[in-house]
Amino acid sequence: MTWKLFSLLLEASLMTILVSAVSILMGLVMAIVLSGLRMSGSRVADAGAGVFISFFRGVPLLVQLLLIFNLLPVIGITLPSLATAIIGLSLCTAAYQAENLRGGFEGVAPGLIESAEMAGFTRMQSFIYIRTPIALRMTFPALVNEAILILKASSLVSVVGLIELTKMAQNLSASTYRPLPIFAAAGVIYLAINLVVAAIGQRAENALPGLPGK
Amino acid sequence: MTDPAINVSHVSKQFGETQVLRDISMQVEAGKVSCLIGPSGSGKSTLLRCMAFLEQATSGSIHIEGEPLGFTDGPQRRRQSPAELRRVRSRIGMVFQQFNLWPHMTALGNVAIALRKVRGMSRSDAEDRAMAQLDKVGLKERAHHYPAQLSGGQQQRVAIARALALDPTIMLFDEPTSALDPELTGEVLNVMRQLASEGMTMVVVTHEIGFAASVGNRIAFLDGGRLLFHDTPQAVFAAPREPRLEQFLDTYLDRGASMLK
Repeated sequence: MTWKLFSLLLEASLMTILVSAVSILMGLVMAIVLSGLRMSGSRVADAGAGVFISFFRGVPLLVQLLLIFNLLPVIGITLPSLATAIIGLSLCTAAYQAENLRGGFEGVAPGLIESAEMAGFTRMQSFIYIRTPIALRMTFPALVNEAILILKASSLVSVVGLIELTKMAQNLSASTYRPLPIFAAAGVIYLAINLVVAAIGQRAENALPGLPGK
Repeated sequence: MTDPAINVSHVSKQFGETQVLRDISMQVEAGKVSCLIGPSGSGKSTLLRCMAFLEQATSGSIHIEGEPLGFTDGPQRRRQSPAELRRVRSRIGMVFQQFNLWPHMTALGNVAIALRKVRGMSRSDAEDRAMAQLDKVGLKERAHHYPAQLSGGQQQRVAIARALALDPTIMLFDEPTSALDPELTGEVLNVMRQLASEGMTMVVVTHEIGFAASVGNRIAFLDGGRLLFHDTPQAVFAAPREPRLEQFLDTYLDRGASMLK
């Protein structure tokens, strides 16, 4: 394992981090919107969000990515593989994050919503300023968990032509015929990234005010 | 003739099979304090929550300063739109047994947020105003603490400040001291006493019979969903001819609250 090879892996891991981070954040925003639709009181919106969540939770990510990759050109949209990868990953994580958040929203004490109502908040304001921040805090550990899962799942996005850490390792092992040290190094890099994510999550959790038990 | 601050007219409420409120009518005059007392399950909290439309009466009507609450008047009775309801409710401040402070905001944030988002004040104006309200309940030094860092009594005083910041003309208190130990109860009751002396219209559901006797202009006694009595403390405590009320008060007297006699 030369430094040259290792630095190529490190470089590719930046792509892994980029795709995952953007997907997690976009997925979080989508998950909040999905939660809002589910609680909007509109049956159509609730059903729509339900179907979305069921689909993206129920179909394997690899199949989703290949579907998006092959579907978009058919309807006349050509996107760079980075965009395709981010769309696929973020739709998938949005569905999981929406389910995580549901537990948080259900855990918001009814009295907190009543006091928002009495303070004159509209339903939307109550959702934005009271329910969502509380639900996010309560489900924060699940969000960190999801971030780690997505970092690992991002190894699948090579199927849409993106060269990230796993794909780079495959390419290098094919050209050097030395898969073992290369995949071992890739594994170590994934592990290191996820340890950092977990540590940041832990610190953020401790710094967040208003978590239960604090 | 001016309208009473709160006019409850023939309000009944059913939860499934259970009749929680039975044909209750009562008025609260502006500037007066009415205390609702009665045994657990008598319907006093439900009645108070109806006055804020947090519960819907099954029948009857409630008017706040002459304006209908929850449903429109007239032959085409319909539910008020959210905007109509918010407008009537804006006269009402509510304090809950469990404080219900938003845990992700500081005391200052709890008081200021509605001023900003509902009243459209700038952040600095809202915070100045919120700080003044916190000062009034003696918690200026705690403004930047989160609810979890405050004692129960302090949290309840923040909750009172939060309600007062929105300039209500009526304050509703739902067992404001029931979650507090006796020492903390005192500091909350003092704030409420002060508020009453400033002429705030208040309805207080309470088990603090001493407070009801000394601060209440009227005492309402509920039992089994019926309003048995709505009169001055003197009338209620000096001559409790109603046997159920006598029995209820005796349980307090037995516990040494003999100053009521």
